[in-house]
Amino acid sequence: MTTTNDPPAKGQDGRDRSLPVIANPSRRTAVKGAFATLGAAAFVAAVSPLRQAAQRSSAAEFMQSHYKRLTDEEKRQVIERLEAEAKENHGVEVEIADDRPIPGTKFVYAINLSVCNGNGKCVEACHKENNHDRSTGQSYIRVLEMPKGTMDMEQGNTTYSGVVPKDDKFYLPVQCQQCDEPPCVDVCPVKATWKEEDGIVVVDYNWCIGCRYCEAACPYHARRFNWKQAEIPAEEINPDQSYLSNRIRPVGVVEKCTYCLHRTRRGKLPACLEACPTGARVFGNILDPDSNIRWILENKRVYILKEELGTKPAFFYYFD
Amino acid sequence: MTRISSLLSAGVVCTAALMVVVCWDGTSPRDNQRRERDAVAQSISTEPSAAPAQASSETERKSKAPSEPGRHAVVVRRPAGPPLIELAATDPQGRSGQVACSTCHSVRRPNLANRTSDSLDEFHQGLTFNHGTLACYACHNPEQSDALRLADGSAVEYRDVMTLCSQCHAAQATAFRHGAHGGMNGHWDLSRGPQTKNNCIDCHDPHEPSYPKMIVGFKPRDRFLKDETKHDDHE
Repeated sequence: MTTTNDPPAKGQDGRDRSLPVIANPSRRTAVKGAFATLGAAAFVAAVSPLRQAAQRSSAAEFMQSHYKRLTDEEKRQVIERLEAEAKENHGVEVEIADDRPIPGTKFVYAINLSVCNGNGKCVEACHKENNHDRSTGQSYIRVLEMPKGTMDMEQGNTTYSGVVPKDDKFYLPVQCQQCDEPPCVDVCPVKATWKEEDGIVVVDYNWCIGCRYCEAACPYHARRFNWKQAEIPAEEINPDQSYLSNRIRPVGVVEKCTYCLHRTRRGKLPACLEACPTGARVFGNILDPDSNIRWILENKRVYILKEELGTKPAFFYYFD
Repeated sequence: MTRISSLLSAGVVCTAALMVVVCWDGTSPRDNQRRERDAVAQSISTEPSAAPAQASSETERKSKAPSEPGRHAVVVRRPAGPPLIELAATDPQGRSGQVACSTCHSVRRPNLANRTSDSLDEFHQGLTFNHGTLACYACHNPEQSDALRLADGSAVEYRDVMTLCSQCHAAQATAFRHGAHGGMNGHWDLSRGPQTKNNCIDCHDPHEPSYPKMIVGFKPRDRFLKDETKHDDHE
């Protein structure tokens, strides 16, 4: 306890200094001790998220590679782990598939704005199909109530309620447009999101770092961030899942509409289309010359959102 | 020499396996399709009031289902048959009755000039009519009350009601044939499964065909909403 750094005023007394003094520390020592304690506490607080993260994620999850670099065997292990996690965390048996694009398909969506009445059944169907958090009512679809005479989606309003359609309004459902030039893919710093061969822009939720650049880059406001872990009653969880699609996402990652690839890559129609009571939604393969979508593009008045941005959406709006 | 012979035998085995696969591939989807049709037919016979579906000749032509093996059918829902009115009263044996249109109309003289529901009573009490200025007997058949009537005067079954609608609404009928009008369920890829489409009267009441207003139900609590508590989905 003796001290080279006592103030000179006290240092004159040699006998005092040789005693094992525990009381009456110098002011400098006290201040040093206080700051040291503060520093240590700050460090512990600063690294505590890391400790929590370590508790939340297994070593296997931490070491998992990018989806495109996984071998078939690694994919199988990853999916097994995810299924086990779903069982443990949500108490439900889920089946996570790895649906790959069907060769010779390019998926395209079209919505008949003359028919859509803004009832929001598609929004609800998406919410349920894609295992969204129940408390926030998350969905990949936003239906905008638009003033007649403009196609500027920024003038739309999502808060309408009551009886629809209103006479002086039309309704514009907006979801991911699966752009051919997707700005969200360009900005991703870790390549956690990419465009697949059938046109669907997907996210590897286990590779996403949650920076939200893509959310900012999307001109259609189509991406969603998982602010919290999705909470869904076990009996409401859709067990029919896919790795790149509707499996229950971890917290802190970005997600988006995948045209229900866990359905569409198995030949089925997307959930929002089946739910639409007005029949406004049309889905199909644009490479098939006999498809519904081709007939619409060739025979109807077709519009795309924010064409001037050059994003080349695979999503069309048409009128009767 | 043994190597060549083993290669040869392996080739024979592979060819045989290929033939089996090809045969299986060619037949099974057709079987599936037949099973689907049977299921549909059964559902019609068991629950006639639910107005289930069966492939109409029109749709089969469109989807080329029968001609292309492995293609599933596009099935257009159809009404089960002529409308029947359920009687509220029961007979002493506890049976409730159903009344067909012809029960009354076969012995009544049709009023061909009637264009409004105001003069209707008995079983047509409370019917709202708002479909242009059509007369009742523009679509209903004065000679056969359990059938409908095309513009040329010929009868058409209730099950084929879409033929009747399409006389005037040709643009919608064309769009319907190309999937651009009317809702559907099932598969977009007909090589993997069938598709079911609504018919006209699934969505449009023939007497009042404009699509009804709806109430908005589900709403996401979108974090961009201005008039709700800010940051309501942040933890």
